[in-house]
Amino acid sequence: MPDLDLALRLSAPESTLAVGGLVLLMLGAFMGDRSAKLVSALSVALLVAATAVTVTGPLGQAFNGAYVADPLAVYGKALIFLSSAVAIILGGGWMHRTKIARFEYPILIVLASAGMGMMASSGDLISLYIGIELHSLALYVLAAFHRDDLKASEAGLKYFVLGALSSGLLLYGASLIYGFAGSMRFDEIAAYAATNQSTGLIFGLVFLICGLAFKVSAAPFHMWTPDVYEGAPTPVVALFATAPKVAAMVLIARTLEGAFAGSHDQWAQVLILISLISFAVGSFGGLAQKDIQRLLAYSSIANIGYALLGIAAGTTLGIQAMLLFMTLYVIDQFGFFAILLSLSRGGRPIRKIADLAGLRKDKPLTAIALTVLSLSVLGMPPAAGFWGKFYVFGAAADAGYWMAGAAGLVASVVAGFYYLRIIKLMWFDKAPEGVEPIDASPIEAKTIALAAAAFSFPLVMVGLTWLEPLARNAAVGFGAG
Amino acid sequence: MPQIPYILSVVTFLPLVGAGLILLARLFNKGSADGAARWIALATTVVVLAVSAVLVAGFDPSSAAYQFTERYEWFAGAQYFMGVDGISILFVLLTAFLMPLCIIASWKTITDRVVDYMIAFLVLETLVIGVFTSLDLFLFYIFFEGTLVPMFIIIGVWGGANRIYASYKFFLYTLLGSVLMLLAMLWMAAETGTTSIPALKEYAFSPTVQPLLWLAFFASFAVKMPMWPVHTWLPDAHVQAPTAGSVILAGILLKLGGYGFLLFNLPMFPDASKMFAPLVFVLSAVAIVYTSLVAFRQTDIKKLIAYSSVAHMGFVTMGIFAGNALGVQGAVFQMLSHGLISGALFLCVGVVYDRMHTREIAFYGGLTSRMPWFAAIFLMFTMANVGLPGTSGFIGEILTMTGVYGVSTWTALFAATGVIFSAVYALTLYRNVMFGEITNPALKTITDIDRRELLIFVPLIIGTLWLGVQPGLVLDYTAASVEALTSAYQLAIGG
Repeated sequence: MPDLDLALRLSAPESTLAVGGLVLLMLGAFMGDRSAKLVSALSVALLVAATAVTVTGPLGQAFNGAYVADPLAVYGKALIFLSSAVAIILGGGWMHRTKIARFEYPILIVLASAGMGMMASSGDLISLYIGIELHSLALYVLAAFHRDDLKASEAGLKYFVLGALSSGLLLYGASLIYGFAGSMRFDEIAAYAATNQSTGLIFGLVFLICGLAFKVSAAPFHMWTPDVYEGAPTPVVALFATAPKVAAMVLIARTLEGAFAGSHDQWAQVLILISLISFAVGSFGGLAQKDIQRLLAYSSIANIGYALLGIAAGTTLGIQAMLLFMTLYVIDQFGFFAILLSLSRGGRPIRKIADLAGLRKDKPLTAIALTVLSLSVLGMPPAAGFWGKFYVFGAAADAGYWMAGAAGLVASVVAGFYYLRIIKLMWFDKAPEGVEPIDASPIEAKTIALAAAAFSFPLVMVGLTWLEPLARNAAVGFGAG
Repeated sequence: MPQIPYILSVVTFLPLVGAGLILLARLFNKGSADGAARWIALATTVVVLAVSAVLVAGFDPSSAAYQFTERYEWFAGAQYFMGVDGISILFVLLTAFLMPLCIIASWKTITDRVVDYMIAFLVLETLVIGVFTSLDLFLFYIFFEGTLVPMFIIIGVWGGANRIYASYKFFLYTLLGSVLMLLAMLWMAAETGTTSIPALKEYAFSPTVQPLLWLAFFASFAVKMPMWPVHTWLPDAHVQAPTAGSVILAGILLKLGGYGFLLFNLPMFPDASKMFAPLVFVLSAVAIVYTSLVAFRQTDIKKLIAYSSVAHMGFVTMGIFAGNALGVQGAVFQMLSHGLISGALFLCVGVVYDRMHTREIAFYGGLTSRMPWFAAIFLMFTMANVGLPGTSGFIGEILTMTGVYGVSTWTALFAATGVIFSAVYALTLYRNVMFGEITNPALKTITDIDRRELLIFVPLIIGTLWLGVQPGLVLDYTAASVEALTSAYQLAIGG
């Protein structure tokens, strides 16, 4: 059947990951934990292969419209799969050093990636839900991966319970939408919404947005974020901060722009409200944090607010801005987490912000990298984070939402304080007396940290010249697919 | 005249090359790279000064057009677009002129982390010159914002006891001002479809949006300037910054605000400028009178001079928004002259601070008997600061006051009383520090300025006096650009 043939070719990235993941699972099951390194390497290869399949694969719809492969999905998936690969690389060495290396870690990430790919490609409510659950279940396990650690178990449980709640909200919204529109498919919902003014549909949509906002940790659905960021193993947090957020953002764009383009006025209000709350929570909440990973959690809440503002613009420009923002954000995040993973004193990882004092003396290169990344996330031109905000606020101003943009910019000044504190600790303060010196950095973390910092500044100014057309292509191609 | 290709890019990015060389020296020199860092920084800034001299020599002052333009497409709709007119070229020269002096001034006083210090200064020079040469909205913003980072580090690492507080305050205050400007820029780019500053000057913004855009830019530049009542970061930053940092802050960074008014507010939003001119006049008059009085009560020499800077910037804002050729000419002149004078005054403070490590006025007294050379130099710059005829300070004040007189007589009146107040605090300071008997035994051994310090002051003395007796040096350069600016403004407001 040519139809099935096309469908299989279209969904090849996810099937590659799913089948590959299962094969690796067998390998791990037979070889035991000594296979961890091998499975990690093969998983990275698998993810890179899936990226290649995605980029070179055909475009179109499969499974009766439930699965869409369009430029937006391709862009999102390439970013997701590569982020997952980086998370495996970061995690492998770290797990080994902290003696919790298990072969399940890379496999869970591979399976989560299959779910995230599904999210980026979903064309109806069922595939949306399957994608979300597939990746969430893997992530719940990952959050509690360090199972002898109390905080990690707490993080996993919290994430699971709150995640299940949000899935419930999402399902309820989806059922309302189905009930009123009479179809699961995004394009048919859009056709229905174009001709009918339905309050029930909007009602369902709001529930759907709440469920999705939970997945991207936008305020006021952010409660799990600081605890999970603090408790989960650092490389797992590095994954949480990147790939699933990209997947959920693409999914939000796809749902809202694809199924509800006609109701833009309604959902834009909701998104802007969520953005504004996220700005406030993210920037003010971060001020008092002492734990670096908690700080990064608040920073991510604020940053997701910016990305949502791009979608709220409701234009091609807005989608493009969101994609570029997420790309640059992901790179900055990996820089941050790689630095965290590369710093330890006497075998114990650095957790407190105050532990960074005097870093320039011990590790000048890492200090420079962390400075660049902090300034970048702060939004200091011409680093990567500035361009991300630049595109988002440009799109928001273009769509007429410039008061929201102003709020976001003012929030970024508040958040500026905690990024400046990191810089201050490293450069202005001296290391306290009597602490152990910083250990030698593991090579993979250090490489990724320096590469991310070098991209943030100055390479971004060249990198954007080819990222920008890619993102524009993705944003324009979306909807045509 | 020999022409250097891409001269604006060269003069802008040359300091970065110097910074790179220092880094290389640091990497390949196992021992201390401090000496090398100092010499490379000095050589770089001198070469930049030479190149900017070539730039000024090749400039045609009779044309109001932007010259030496370079233009390339970039991403995000922005362009790499550079050029100078009669106003900005002089600021480039001022920057290039003050930088070597700062490096020499820090030669012996900065002993900790010299390599980092010199790199920070060179990066700062690139960013500041970039502000004055960029003609694209976003390029301007990048350079404008970028100046915060090296200055944050200069204050935070090499500053005084309370440096952390001052550096945060400096950074966050000015950042808040400039994010509003960024938003306005984004809106303008979306509205007009261009980011070129010369093109935006031609564009007629609707009178209904002008006030908001004007306010957004004003928020940024007023903080930078700084205007009363958003000036409070300046005294803190100055007191805590190292001497050379203060020189750059007062001499150049404050001018970014005035330059921004001339580049954006006045030409792009003439209706709003006319509408808000009374506000600016009131703020300027308050700044001149109030900060002069505040300066009078200071116990710290640097803080006193910092407040005096705020007062002098009051003349600048007043002159700019008078909107006529005299006022704007005076404002530009006042900025350049203040760059020399306040720079010199901070260097004077640095001289006594390096010897006694305190800036308390009460600590000093009777220095004339021990430091005759220093007394003469300090007296000259105190007088220039007051606006004694024959010094450049006088020209700037008289021009701005004449310019504003026809527009708002009251403002001119208050500004004139401010001149008297400035004489009060400046002369009181001089009397307390320099005259009388030496009562503090610690001062018995204080030494007069040495050759290195004299070398810093000589160019500043020459500049101040030369501009004082021959203001045409500056005014001829700015005349055409100012004329084009003010006549377009007057035409737009129907005056």
